Amino acid sequence: MPELLQFLLSGITVGAVYALVALGFTIIYNASDVVNFAQGEFVMLGGMITFFAHAAGLPLPLAALIAIIVTAGIGVALNKLAIEPARGAPVVSLIIITIGASIFIRGATQLVFDKQLHRFPAFSGDQPILIGGATILPQSLWVIAGALAVFVCLWLFFTRTLIGRAVLATANNRIAAQLVGINTNYVMTLSFAMSAAIGALAGVLVTPMTLTGYDVGLALALKGFAAAMLGGMGNPKGALVGGLLLGVLEAMTAGYISSQYKDAAAFVVILAVLFAMPQGLFGRKSTDRV
Amino acid sequence: MLTVEGLRSRYGRIEVLHGIDLDVASGEIVTVVGANGAGKTTLLKCLSGIQPVSAGSILFRGEALTTVSAHRRVQRGLAQSPEGRQIFTNLTVEENLRLGAYLFADEKVDRDMQDAFVMFPILKEKRNLAAGGLSGGQQQMLAIARALMARPSCLLLDEPSMGLAPILVAQIFDVVKSMKALGVTVLLVEQNAFGALSVADRGYVMETGRITMSGPAAELIADERIRAAYLGI
Repeated sequence: MPELLQFLLSGITVGAVYALVALGFTIIYNASDVVNFAQGEFVMLGGMITFFAHAAGLPLPLAALIAIIVTAGIGVALNKLAIEPARGAPVVSLIIITIGASIFIRGATQLVFDKQLHRFPAFSGDQPILIGGATILPQSLWVIAGALAVFVCLWLFFTRTLIGRAVLATANNRIAAQLVGINTNYVMTLSFAMSAAIGALAGVLVTPMTLTGYDVGLALALKGFAAAMLGGMGNPKGALVGGLLLGVLEAMTAGYISSQYKDAAAFVVILAVLFAMPQGLFGRKSTDRV
Repeated sequence: MLTVEGLRSRYGRIEVLHGIDLDVASGEIVTVVGANGAGKTTLLKCLSGIQPVSAGSILFRGEALTTVSAHRRVQRGLAQSPEGRQIFTNLTVEENLRLGAYLFADEKVDRDMQDAFVMFPILKEKRNLAAGGLSGGQQQMLAIARALMARPSCLLLDEPSMGLAPILVAQIFDVVKSMKALGVTVLLVEQNAFGALSVADRGYVMETGRITMSGPAAELIADERIRAAYLGI
């Protein structure tokens, strides 16, 4: 039993990271129907910028704050320089633009920083906490709390605030959104800033456990994307549940079968779910009447 | 209130509006009638700022609008109920109405919503349902109600009767007529020339991107050429 609990705890930790990446996907997708494959780079930038700011002598919380703000700025720049000029292009073209942006950011990071792996100290020490025979790192609790906090904030944002609904309205019908007085350019800018900030936060939280380097973003983007698809693209609840589920699945496969099969097992389950429920677990049914 | 001079607009290299002159005085109901493809919808899109203007001017309450972005035109009091019921299908009826008043956050928003529910009781019944599940007529009512939530001084209505059952068409035109009492100026674009001219003060006839006739609605409705071309009489 302690074994099961141990796998569960590490699965939830990894899953919380996936959930954070998936939540980042959710916002931009909700605003524009675009799946932003540069989302993983935001996570990478969060970790890298924090490390170098910290190494330059800044206290860790300040370094993390700077990383989140700078990454949000890079998200805005991505929208202004790459997505906005291509407005009117098919969604697929926009998605390919984000893949290009992701390659560019990775290359630029190599040049500006370096190609080494880095870590900075965990927030609350490295002493594992014992829970019923299993252990969990204090940093894991930070990651899980971070994912939950971001989820609650996003859920409130989309369901309780007018600007949140304006984001949903812009995705649903951009022209109609303009006709009710919504500044759709501002909505897009805001979405990219929020998405990038959430990605950077994920990077700040996980780096003490997983290390960071210029190329860690791609794998995270793929797992986060899979988690978002599993939960239902565009739904914060789906992103959270999908992320946690994917993490636990991986941990169980790695623990009970073999760590070599952990990615395969996760994707087989995702395929099975999507065959039965193409919208994902919490995806909206399309209710358009023609 | 609204003065349009020499307005031209194009889709790519094809010009669809060849210099439109039109004016709407405060408190009037003015209609632009014409066949499908005459450029009526393009005209309204230009007025709302979601279609680029290649030449000409738009004056609204004495201010030039041509370079003002779409969302700022709503702020200035020019709202549109677009053609084809462009509502937010995945949001509820109530959320659609609330977004209509996106520019406002005061207690009048609630009163305006109650007024909308009085005007269209069916919307009150379905307020918590996704707007995409409404029937065509209900979606049309929602589009009009949403435009009114923006507290416009001038309302642009694009084909409100399109695709509706006759009994609903009559109801929609009654709503248009009631705008006068609310003090809202209306520019109504319609293929249903008879219905539109019956509720309007003045009318313009549009053919392939040009205004070909204009005058008091009562005169247009009596005009032999219009009766033959548009009224099927």
